[in-house]
Amino acid sequence: MGFISQHSVLVASVIKIAVLLFIVMTALAYLTWFERKVVARIQSRWGPYYVGAHGLLQPLADGLKFLFKEDFTPPASDKLVYFLAPFLALTLALTAIALIPFGPPTVHFLNGQQVFLVSNIDIGLIFLFAITSMGVYGVALAGWSSNSKYPLLGGLRSSAQMISYEVSLTISVVGVLLLAGTLNFNGIIEGQSGYWLGFFPRWHFVPQIVGFACYLTAAIAETNRVPFDLPEAETELVAGFHTEYSSFKFAMFFMAEYANMITVSCLATILFFGGWLSPFPASWHWQLYLPGAGLVALGIYCAIDSATRMRGIARLQLGVVAVLALGLGALCLMPWAAPYVQGPFWFTLKVLVFLFFYVWVRGTLPRFRYDQLMSFGWKLLLPVSLANLVITALVLVFPAFTRHA
Amino acid sequence: MMGPLIVFFACAVLAVAGAILLILAREPIHSALSLILVMVALAILYLLLGAEFISAVQIIVYAGAVMVLFVFVIMLLNFGVEERTDFSKLAKYVGVPLGFFLLIEVARWLYESRIGSVVASGAGTVTVAASTRDLSAELFRQYLFNFEATSILILVAILGALVLARKSQ
Amino acid sequence: MIIPVSYYLVLSGILFGLGVVAFIFKRNVIAVFMSIELMLNAVNLAFVAFSRAHQQLDGMVFVFFVIVVAAAEAAVGLAIVIMMAQNRESLNVERVNLLKL
Repeated sequence: MGFISQHSVLVASVIKIAVLLFIVMTALAYLTWFERKVVARIQSRWGPYYVGAHGLLQPLADGLKFLFKEDFTPPASDKLVYFLAPFLALTLALTAIALIPFGPPTVHFLNGQQVFLVSNIDIGLIFLFAITSMGVYGVALAGWSSNSKYPLLGGLRSSAQMISYEVSLTISVVGVLLLAGTLNFNGIIEGQSGYWLGFFPRWHFVPQIVGFACYLTAAIAETNRVPFDLPEAETELVAGFHTEYSSFKFAMFFMAEYANMITVSCLATILFFGGWLSPFPASWHWQLYLPGAGLVALGIYCAIDSATRMRGIARLQLGVVAVLALGLGALCLMPWAAPYVQGPFWFTLKVLVFLFFYVWVRGTLPRFRYDQLMSFGWKLLLPVSLANLVITALVLVFPAFTRHA
Repeated sequence: MMGPLIVFFACAVLAVAGAILLILAREPIHSALSLILVMVALAILYLLLGAEFISAVQIIVYAGAVMVLFVFVIMLLNFGVEERTDFSKLAKYVGVPLGFFLLIEVARWLYESRIGSVVASGAGTVTVAASTRDLSAELFRQYLFNFEATSILILVAILGALVLARKSQ
Repeated sequence: MIIPVSYYLVLSGILFGLGVVAFIFKRNVIAVFMSIELMLNAVNLAFVAFSRAHQQLDGMVFVFFVIVVAAAEAAVGLAIVIMMAQNRESLNVERVNLLKL
């Protein structure tokens, strides 16, 4: 008993990290499925359909394929750096998620540690930027170490692009910091509680709508996604920085990209959309039943679908999904579970909206040209985010001026 | 508690190893990587000293921006491995031992000095006063002039880089 | 807690010394630049350690200024390096022995 009670903080942290890693890895896998399905719908296709019901087992099949492919290392490559790059990319991308609070700090373990947050740092936002600012190295070093023409160009493009847009990304966030007056994530979220006119949530995206637009644009560029995916523009650079990567090392870059997407969406949710806060006033009690009701509805839909349209093994799979959703939904509907489920439910919902936005943009917009990318970042995005910062600061300081005059 | 001491020595070994690798590496990218290692180790040491904000700034500015610029320029120029040149015999046989002697002497002096025996209070002690708020108050009140001066310095640096990088007619 | 300032100072001294050695022995301009950054980093460590020892924040504020100067220096320095690479087609410092081409 001695060890557990003495090191309860350590034990709780390890459990949290393990659970979070499991959830994030699963989410990464199903994000690929989600993206392929949505893009397919935008382009009037079916998307993955054959592996499992609605292609639900496709991520598993992809993972197995990556594992069993030949892991080829180009002979002319710089071996150490070539191995280091994907590890660096994935490690940093996953570490950043440890700073994200998924639910209110009022939910505790027995030793008083928060359940929904791995590490509560006083200056969480700055640390998140510190970790993500290192993410360039994965891409840049991959491009250099492959010792090949196109990867090098991709790596060069990515490091120039990520430095350029990091400036706008950071500055667009400072406006929120001025409003919140703290760098702690939970502090920023709690500062957004309350309602205008009794029902409209006091989230930062209303006063910081310009900052939000700048943040979203810069964030898409930071994660190297369409329309800013020049480091891997397949029409120009084969596959960009990961041309020479195969098998699991390629999969690691892939996972790092999706993990970065999740981090950036979480950050947008926290900074501009009130994190785990519910959009409805606390007096609207029916919102407590929303998570359970949503899951039950999903379960019923899956059950009907499996009974009417699926054949053979797919029917069984969808049936299992339906039973799981119904069970979880019933659990969430229990009166004692509702307060615990609320925070993570709203957080996940908001993050999903942002992820959908990402995929939507990918399915809709064409890629920028390189000079357009650079002039857009430096000549439009940076001045606008700077102006937003200055105006926010002036508005905040103005009452103090009038009082002293 | 031995924890902080273990962390200190681990980071110290990493930092020194990185610095030595910086010297030994012939490929500029390897030098840059080892310097990044030094910087990250130092950032952890700042955390140990209770200077959270400095630690984060160290990573963001040094490892995340300055070193990315270095890596970018190395990749852009891509000149390959460094040429080895034979440095002077005097430096090799006299300079290096003398340098080491100086280093050891300075280290001994630092170790025995009065300031050296003061315990570096850091994370976990009562006086974790280096909060970001206090630091910013210090920076924007007492050192406001210096702050503005550095912003002018940055402006001059931007102009200088622009003039240098502009295509010559 | 039980780490005296002297440990940090000795580490800082060692890093500074290695920076000097790198500055003298390296032949690549970019590597020479990096050794300057290494020396600045060593100095920063000493600043933060002193700041903790005296329980005053001035040392940490100074670290900010050092970091800003280092960033400015890197911007100008790398621009010079690129100019040099274009004009001499080499990065060896020993080839840069003329003020004018």
